[in-house]
Amino acid sequence: MTAVAEGWEVVVGLEVHAELATETKIFCGCPNRFGDEPNTNICPVCLGLPGSLPVLNRQVVEHAIRLGTALHCEIRPSIFHRKNYFYPDMPKDYQISQYDQPITADGWLELPDGHRVGIVRAHLEEDTGKSTHVGGDGRIHGSSGSLVDYNRAGVPLAEIVSAPDLRSAEQARAYVNELRAILMATGVSDAKMEEGSMRVDANVSVRRVGSPEYGTRCEIKNLNSVRSLGRAIEYEARRQIDLLEAGERVRQETRHWDEGDGRTHTLRSKEEADDYRYFPEPDLVPVAPDDAWVEKVRVSLPPLPAARRAGLAEATGREPVDAAVVVAVERDLDRLALAAVEAGGDPARVLVHVEHNLAVEGSERLDPVALAELTRMETAGELTATQAKAVLADLVAAGGQGDPRTVAKEKGFEAMSGDALAAAVDEAIAANEGAWQKYVNGEAKAAGAIVGAVMKATRGKADGKAVTALLEQRRELTPRPGA
Amino acid sequence: MARLARLDLTPEELERAAEQLGDVLDHFADIEALDLADVEPMTHPYPLANVLRDDAVRPSLPRDEVLAAAPAAEDGRFKVPPILGEAP
Amino acid sequence: MTGPDPATALAIAADVRSGTRKAVDVLEEHLAAVAAREPELHAFNLVTADEARAAAEAVDAAVAAGRDPGPLAGVPVALKDNLCTRGIPTTCSSRILEGWRPPYTATVVERVVAAGGVCIGKTNLDEFAMGSSTENSAFGPSRNPHDPGRVPGGSSGGSAVAVAAGFAPLALGSDTGGSIRQPAALCGIVGVKPTYGLVSRYGLVAFASSLDQIGPMATTVDDAALLLDVIAGPDPMDSTSIPDRPRPVLDQLDRGVDGLRVGVIEEMRDGCAPDVLARLDAAAAALEAAGAKVQTVSIPAVRFGLTAYYLIAPAEASSNLARYDGVRYGLRVDAPDTAAMNAATRAAGFGAEVKRRIMLGTYALSAGYYDAYYGKAQRVRALIAKGFEEAYRDVDLLLSPTSPTTAFAFGAKTTDPYAMYLSDVCTIPTNLAGHPAVSVPFGSGDDGMPVGVQLLAPALEEATMLRAARVLEAAR
Repeated sequence: MTAVAEGWEVVVGLEVHAELATETKIFCGCPNRFGDEPNTNICPVCLGLPGSLPVLNRQVVEHAIRLGTALHCEIRPSIFHRKNYFYPDMPKDYQISQYDQPITADGWLELPDGHRVGIVRAHLEEDTGKSTHVGGDGRIHGSSGSLVDYNRAGVPLAEIVSAPDLRSAEQARAYVNELRAILMATGVSDAKMEEGSMRVDANVSVRRVGSPEYGTRCEIKNLNSVRSLGRAIEYEARRQIDLLEAGERVRQETRHWDEGDGRTHTLRSKEEADDYRYFPEPDLVPVAPDDAWVEKVRVSLPPLPAARRAGLAEATGREPVDAAVVVAVERDLDRLALAAVEAGGDPARVLVHVEHNLAVEGSERLDPVALAELTRMETAGELTATQAKAVLADLVAAGGQGDPRTVAKEKGFEAMSGDALAAAVDEAIAANEGAWQKYVNGEAKAAGAIVGAVMKATRGKADGKAVTALLEQRRELTPRPGA
Repeated sequence: MARLARLDLTPEELERAAEQLGDVLDHFADIEALDLADVEPMTHPYPLANVLRDDAVRPSLPRDEVLAAAPAAEDGRFKVPPILGEAP
Repeated sequence: MTGPDPATALAIAADVRSGTRKAVDVLEEHLAAVAAREPELHAFNLVTADEARAAAEAVDAAVAAGRDPGPLAGVPVALKDNLCTRGIPTTCSSRILEGWRPPYTATVVERVVAAGGVCIGKTNLDEFAMGSSTENSAFGPSRNPHDPGRVPGGSSGGSAVAVAAGFAPLALGSDTGGSIRQPAALCGIVGVKPTYGLVSRYGLVAFASSLDQIGPMATTVDDAALLLDVIAGPDPMDSTSIPDRPRPVLDQLDRGVDGLRVGVIEEMRDGCAPDVLARLDAAAAALEAAGAKVQTVSIPAVRFGLTAYYLIAPAEASSNLARYDGVRYGLRVDAPDTAAMNAATRAAGFGAEVKRRIMLGTYALSAGYYDAYYGKAQRVRALIAKGFEEAYRDVDLLLSPTSPTTAFAFGAKTTDPYAMYLSDVCTIPTNLAGHPAVSVPFGSGDDGMPVGVQLLAPALEEATMLRAARVLEAAR
């Protein structure tokens, strides 16, 4: 973990809004769809017309239970509240949300490195419409007006609030990635930050290491990617530390991340904080999922990323935090890897391939038995790493099925015998006297020319590592001038 | 209060409103005296729970009819004067 | 007893269904009545004559084709102008919605139309249903047909006038704190507030969501029951609508009141005019004569009803009326930025009483005051509901005046808002509890103006309440 600055610690809590994957909006039957013509997916309810009333979508509750269960939260009886404020993208000038009785609360999420982050709550609310600013440069300031599209108004959102348990930009990024993986694995959301179906706001404060108190926090908005999240946290932590070290105070406020200049900026300050005048939503009745429903959801959940990492780690003798394990699960290739190991494949080689050589489309169709066989050929010395990579690429391109032995033969790959390799090395040494002398005298880089010559002469059949090893051996046996 | 409620009141209106509000609030002293700590607030007169609907698409409104009622519209969207300040 | 008065909805529907009368003729008779007195009385914001004629023709065509148009066949029905009617202006008697044509129709209106009813027009109300006299309407008040120098009551004043003046046998009103019952009493007709959740609120422009109910207004108890049966029942578009299908009420009203226990609410006598109390006592006597057991009951909590109501209703209203911001529909007053536009629009579009209640409601919900005001009021509400529950262990129905006085003169109560609020002191508690109640005309006051008495019942006991109402109707 990168330290922010000597003696200081950054404390981060994240609020993530995820659009739920349903056919229709949260309180009406309009399609929950992105990208349609403006104002074509609206009705009296989501437009908030006088006389309209909300009716809760069953699938939204199902998703809330799924998400809450995946985050180890309690599923609770809950009610909706009205959050009252004026803004043109709000059809009713109040948002139906949940306040002090959310549907799920008190859970946790485990990062790949094993660190547990508390989940304070995950509640339900409706999304707002979208306004685009006309004139100016598309930004609010200097615009000549705004145009509002209510297609998004009423799209169901889960707001997931973490405890302030994150201690670095890296951890924050890991949290978002893990949460995203969970949202996708459970089918609750497709969680695409770039498309806006997952939005992240960060609460950032700093304090001296060892201090029991929390510092004043600022809310950072307008984070459009995981990368922005990391950069913004680092910038903001530095900004706050600089202020405090200069003897000034950090003002509690909402700040806007500007990707262009890499800084956070105060939003236009308001005269006083908004008073949302929360009160229970009289048009909706309480939601209390019964035990049977909750249990049904629990048993239907697919294995979650943390469990999958643990499973793959155990099968391959690694740690769950191992980069290869993390990547395998991230890319949904862990089942493939497990099957390959089960089929007798070499765990280390399997993981190397999954991590480095299977980032292409169609990899998920690879036959685990073929992968297992391939790794056995490698460990038996029948194929070099480079050759194996090429065979793998061919197998994937051909649809994932096939026999690696056949492919290797077709490509003319055969491992070289030890004698043949030694002979090729000696020939190359003889043909590259100058480079050899430099290498013997200590210039490690000079070996490159000789290795290259060997590869050329053997048409790639030689194993680069074996060649280098042989060169080292030869060098040891060569008397040096003045030795 | 007027700002929160987005109501532009003239100074006379504001003064009169404050007076009348004060009068009405004075009348509310009767419940101030009540100790109701043990009484649960009643938010719904008829006890219902778990009223849900199926996740099935229903017809949306024709955009033309909706925008015809709009004070100002452009490009299929509702037009408003510049919005100062971000959403909370 | 001979058949129903030919002017009643029951009689009209029977005649139209049987082919004895034509719906278009019935309509023209009523439009003539409108033409004669509407300029003086201003019951309507809009008379929808053309649409009504088309609807009446359709009813006649159905009958001619051998189809049954339904239980309201050909009956003219007036609709309070806070009920959404697609393509027809729905103004809530407010400048902020002047000319607004909803793109959809309220569930209750759809049910009336499906039952063969002929919607004749949109009636005047106090702006956004806030008021007890229609003096808060942005389009001028309605006038009491018994004495046009007096108010008809409110907020469903226009609907009450339409029925009392013979413009339509049936009307729909809405009742949040008495807005159906009080104008019914002042105009001498029957007005029913159903159990909360019995009638769908989808398409009723919201005033106070946990209190609003739509209900029938008519000249007879049976007609009110007829309309109630048409509009009642579950609606998937309203989460607060009771999911069980209700049993029709109209065929349950013949049983009389023999053995029924009726309690006169002591606390609701306070502040009522002597002539109103005299009629109340006469009503109690009439019920006893018909076999009911009448006693006095005390429900101390109802004394706090006014206070609780004037915290809860404005609070919910302040939120419900936030949407009128000049962005999507209705009035817009231009300004350099959106927030200024919102404020200028609302300042120009809302009347004084609406503004007053929005301010009051905003205050009751604001940080630091919620617990003392809105929060407390919701507990008082629970207390009142509990008080009724306890009373109903000893009695089947409750009895009280509907309004403390007969219809007052225009301007009599407009200087002090609180004086106007007192008009609702007998009706408010039932809204808070969510129970049904009916106002039945029962004689006149000393000034010759109608007096109504109120029967209250436990939730979903409309049939019991209307049986007793029938008895009073026969006895007046």
